[in-house]
Amino acid sequence: MLREIFKKSFWYVSLVFVLVVLVWGLTVMTKRIDYIWYWNRIPQYFFFTDQIEKFASESGKISINGVEDDLTEVTLHYDDGTKETFEVETESLTFKEGDRFTDVDKIGELEVFSQGILIIGLITTLEISLYSSVLGLLIGLFAGLSRISKNPLIKGLSTIYVEIIRGTPLLVQLFIFYFFLGTVLGFGRFAAGTLALSFFAGAYVAEIIRAGIQSIHAGQMEAARSLGMNYLQTMTYIILPQAFKRTMPPLAGQFISLIKDSSLVSVIAITDLTKAAREISTSTFATFEVFFTISVMYLVLTFSLSMLVRYIERRFAVSD
Amino acid sequence: MIKIENISKTFIVGTHIVKAVDHCSHEVKQGEVVVVIGPSGSGKSTLLRCINQLETIDSGKIYIDDVDISSIKTNINKIRAEVGMVFQSFNLFPHKSVRDNINLAQQKVRKRSKVDANEKTDYLLKKVGIEQKAHVYPSQLSGGQQQRVAIARALAMDPKIMLFDEPTSALDPEMVGEVLDVMLTLAKEGMTMVVVSHEMGFAREVADTVIMMDEGKIIEVGNPEHFFTNPVEDRTKLFLSQIL
Repeated sequence: MLREIFKKSFWYVSLVFVLVVLVWGLTVMTKRIDYIWYWNRIPQYFFFTDQIEKFASESGKISINGVEDDLTEVTLHYDDGTKETFEVETESLTFKEGDRFTDVDKIGELEVFSQGILIIGLITTLEISLYSSVLGLLIGLFAGLSRISKNPLIKGLSTIYVEIIRGTPLLVQLFIFYFFLGTVLGFGRFAAGTLALSFFAGAYVAEIIRAGIQSIHAGQMEAARSLGMNYLQTMTYIILPQAFKRTMPPLAGQFISLIKDSSLVSVIAITDLTKAAREISTSTFATFEVFFTISVMYLVLTFSLSMLVRYIERRFAVSD
Repeated sequence: MIKIENISKTFIVGTHIVKAVDHCSHEVKQGEVVVVIGPSGSGKSTLLRCINQLETIDSGKIYIDDVDISSIKTNINKIRAEVGMVFQSFNLFPHKSVRDNINLAQQKVRKRSKVDANEKTDYLLKKVGIEQKAHVYPSQLSGGQQQRVAIARALAMDPKIMLFDEPTSALDPEMVGEVLDVMLTLAKEGMTMVVVSHEMGFAREVADTVIMMDEGKIIEVGNPEHFFTNPVEDRTKLFLSQIL
């Protein structure tokens, strides 16, 4: 008993030791190239405060509506009859009640809290991943069912689709979707990126779903059909729920891959997390810091997803 | 009730052609209990599966209540709802509770309300003797209990005919009795039944007609008395001597 505990803790201590050695090794390596770490340059790319200058767009007369803390609400009554109301910092206000201003005058300043490019990139990555997961699942479901169809036309088309997508690099597909299809059919880079990822994921999902359906015992189909249920009812209530449960782990893996693969859309100039990191590294030279940062952000996304899937799997396991 | 006329079904296994059912004809009357016996691979199960079109026949005709079921004009789902089937491997839906297994087709095919379906399910579970297991999943039941749920599931459609494909072959010996008891009750209530089985005790007690099949052909038909006292064909004699 004591021996067992000792043995186990020995390996845990070893794990910590190996990790410490790795981190130490990284530090030594960066020392050798005289890299200076500027971690303090990173947070501003999450959120930053910005001083905005408020200008009048026409000439007119100002009225002051009220003061709250250090902000003042003013209304500009333009000579053409239109009005504009906004807040500025009391200290920066250069006009008094009833003063006239011209169309080039600065009324005051306001400090605003803005999202940095890393947050904008994160949101884009999340959006692209979400849209292409949903679309990819639908395409995959449809193509997967077509793959097991007895109709040679449907089966042939879906097989060709799956083979073309799986046999060409995603990077090349992205270029084709953006430069060729985007130009011919007239859609933008965001749509091109999302569609390319959807069709890419769809081909893999199709194969997972096909395998899932084929792994369900033929007796299930026969039992449901012998009760008078039609093909669609049998698929909806009997086969697909069981197939989905069984394919949950590989499907989750596919969607986690999709989040990571979405980093490739940066090559068609979509500001996702990776593109944001590249922009930051060119303007700050904090290359190491920013790429370590987005690695952690990607990890948080993928790890959350795999936790969610584990939770769903546990919920589904009731009938086992 | 069921009339099969000269039906054939062949399978292609690798390079050879297997005649699973070879020019069989027979008629089953309402309320009749038919037991089909024969060595494995003789085509008994295929014959049974042809009756509700789980296998499509190559030639011949099958009529259920004078409806030609192999005609493309026939809505096979409607026919199947009238013909209950019980499988050797139970084939319960593992992701659904016992109640949902029995409710599902009632609601989706018979379009019954949930209340009506539940009422029917409770009645049938009581009939097959497992009314306290409505909320469990199939994996938590014994083989005998699973098969009784499968029978209840088929009965929930109010079928005119029940087909049994070796219903006790996958069961532990001590569970065979509980399933046969349910089938016995059904037979006594006048259900039209076609049973593929090796349970000779059941055949002797319940069957109106016994059919002996070998190599896809019906080789002998008679009442149980005939089979157990003076079977005619040598193949039948040999088969019965081996299993009795």
